[in-house]
Amino acid sequence: MQVTNLGESPVDTAALIEQADQRHRGPFLNALRLLYRNPKIAAGLGILLLFVLMALAAPLLTPYPPDGPQSQVAHGAQPPSREHILGTTSLGQDMFSQIAYGARVSLLIGFVAATGSTLLQVIFGLSSAYFGGLIDEVLSLLINVVLVLPGLPLAIVLASLANASGVGKNEFVIAMVLLFTSWAYGARVLRSQTLSLKEREFVTAARSMGEMTWRMIFLEILPNEIALVASTYVGTFVYALGAEVALEFLGLGDVSHASWGSILFWAQLNGALITGQWWLFVPAGVCVALVCGALTLVNFGIDELANPSLRQAMPRKLRKLLKTRAVVA
Amino acid sequence: MRYLLRRAGFYLIALWAAVTFNFIIPRLMPGDPLQNYIAKLQNQGLTQATIAALRKEFGADPSVPLWHQYLDYLNALLHGQLGTSTSEFPTPVAQILAQSLPWTICLVGIAVLLSFIIGTLLGVLFAWRRGSWYDTTLPPALTFLSAIPYFWMALALLYVFGMMLSWFPTSDAYDLSSFPNGPEWSLDFILSMVQHAALPVITLIIGSLAQWVLTMRNAMVTTLSEDYLLMAQAKGLPALRVVFAYAARNAILPSITSFSISLGLVVSGSLLTEIVFNYPGIGYHLFRGASESDYALVEGGFLVVALTVLAANFLAELVYSVLDPRIRHGRA
Repeated sequence: MQVTNLGESPVDTAALIEQADQRHRGPFLNALRLLYRNPKIAAGLGILLLFVLMALAAPLLTPYPPDGPQSQVAHGAQPPSREHILGTTSLGQDMFSQIAYGARVSLLIGFVAATGSTLLQVIFGLSSAYFGGLIDEVLSLLINVVLVLPGLPLAIVLASLANASGVGKNEFVIAMVLLFTSWAYGARVLRSQTLSLKEREFVTAARSMGEMTWRMIFLEILPNEIALVASTYVGTFVYALGAEVALEFLGLGDVSHASWGSILFWAQLNGALITGQWWLFVPAGVCVALVCGALTLVNFGIDELANPSLRQAMPRKLRKLLKTRAVVA
Repeated sequence: MRYLLRRAGFYLIALWAAVTFNFIIPRLMPGDPLQNYIAKLQNQGLTQATIAALRKEFGADPSVPLWHQYLDYLNALLHGQLGTSTSEFPTPVAQILAQSLPWTICLVGIAVLLSFIIGTLLGVLFAWRRGSWYDTTLPPALTFLSAIPYFWMALALLYVFGMMLSWFPTSDAYDLSSFPNGPEWSLDFILSMVQHAALPVITLIIGSLAQWVLTMRNAMVTTLSEDYLLMAQAKGLPALRVVFAYAARNAILPSITSFSISLGLVVSGSLLTEIVFNYPGIGYHLFRGASESDYALVEGGFLVVALTVLAANFLAELVYSVLDPRIRHGRA
């Protein structure tokens, strides 16, 4: 982070002190310090990490296969018990193992869709703003048109067409559908940021030194809006995860595989609500909400890093420290 | 005026894009979905004549060149023909959608309006009392609520208030047994409608509230630090006047700019909410179309939703140009 107008406000001084302190630390300690100073990012990443660990370690956490042949005698859905901490489905599958293995599918689809979508956002947003002129006209028209069309109905059309065309119901189709319906918002945000960045001196300087276009875009401009890219990435992830669960809830994904969406699909199909089998739909929903909430929290943290005016009042300790240092100076 | 014409042009292009998209995508998919679809119908025992008619309706006759298929398609759309539904067989798609659109518009309209008003007022309050206990606790709590998928929120509310407590009805848009002849203009009917719409609307409001609160709060925080507000306070104007006539009036612009994006999200959310509540809107029919691979219904549903969202956005821009004179005079 740059410190521009030195000593104008206490926040800048704090940043300055922090910078001076950081010289003695390695990058790892700096990252830890960032997490300590920004509890929102820390809490969000912590929750996310828990879920990733649960997905990776699923075979260690549960002895039951997620959707294979039922090891237990199928007595219909059973409420949580000592053997099945989250109960079983009407086919006798263990709900916790469905959740743990399902996390793999759901998080992976969200990850693939968000990553691909962010690539599109960067390419469209940056090249539209950087080249300007006719290219900008055409690209921003495209961005705005995609942005204004409702995303979920579009995704439903695409997914159900893909099903009908014999591509089959699979996770890849869902990820692609989400990728192509989620990039427009981020592209517009990045475009407007790039528009203001490309007039700065360092870009003009690089241009007059004869740097190649792709280097200008990806090595000069992109690193300067990385906070924005990060926050749109997180936002896209939240959207993709929610939409993925929704599409699978509608039965447009592969419902024979356990994922958070297909758990809800079967719960709805088997009338879990009417029969009062809350354990069939509560865990999956809570997981989605926790992951999305955690990611949103991370985004708040990024926002506060990038825009100090949103920060809450400074911690009391830091304020005291600043005061004593000011007196010494 | 020039501004409005330009925006109208943009929305026409967007509409054309949606229509063309609808035409091209099935033809781009590998393995010819139309062919598969028609093959599926043959298994269901439709007569050859019906299938030939359907094929013609989809414009999927391989002997006709593509550009001609496109013109036929546009022509059919202009005459309001969206094809025949196969899940509710002889009913035209246009008729199904025309019956269900008012319910969706009602649901989304009321939810968006209430959520916008409540959310903006809360945002103003939080910014004005910045740092108070409710400003530090409520926004994160609301954000967490909005991170819950709409349809799951709907499931949970339905379970608690519909099934367990039986406070609200659990399906349909009005009491079918009391009004077997369909909608009518009477107090009882409206009461029944309100009762059935209450839970879906609450779901949508909870899901979309946080966004309005946060946009308004952040814009207000920035606006409140401006000098003219200090001046207004120094003049001794009453606090309410300072907050609403001086600060909120300027801080509301970002909320209206983000209207189009959030409208899309609320519409998507409402489609899912309708499915959970068996509410006879567009979403419910989209879902039925998707699960019974009723192609014409899904595509028609998408077009109608897209058209409605585009129209609503255009309205929002009209409001924006009234609120912000810079836009009207082309200086933005």
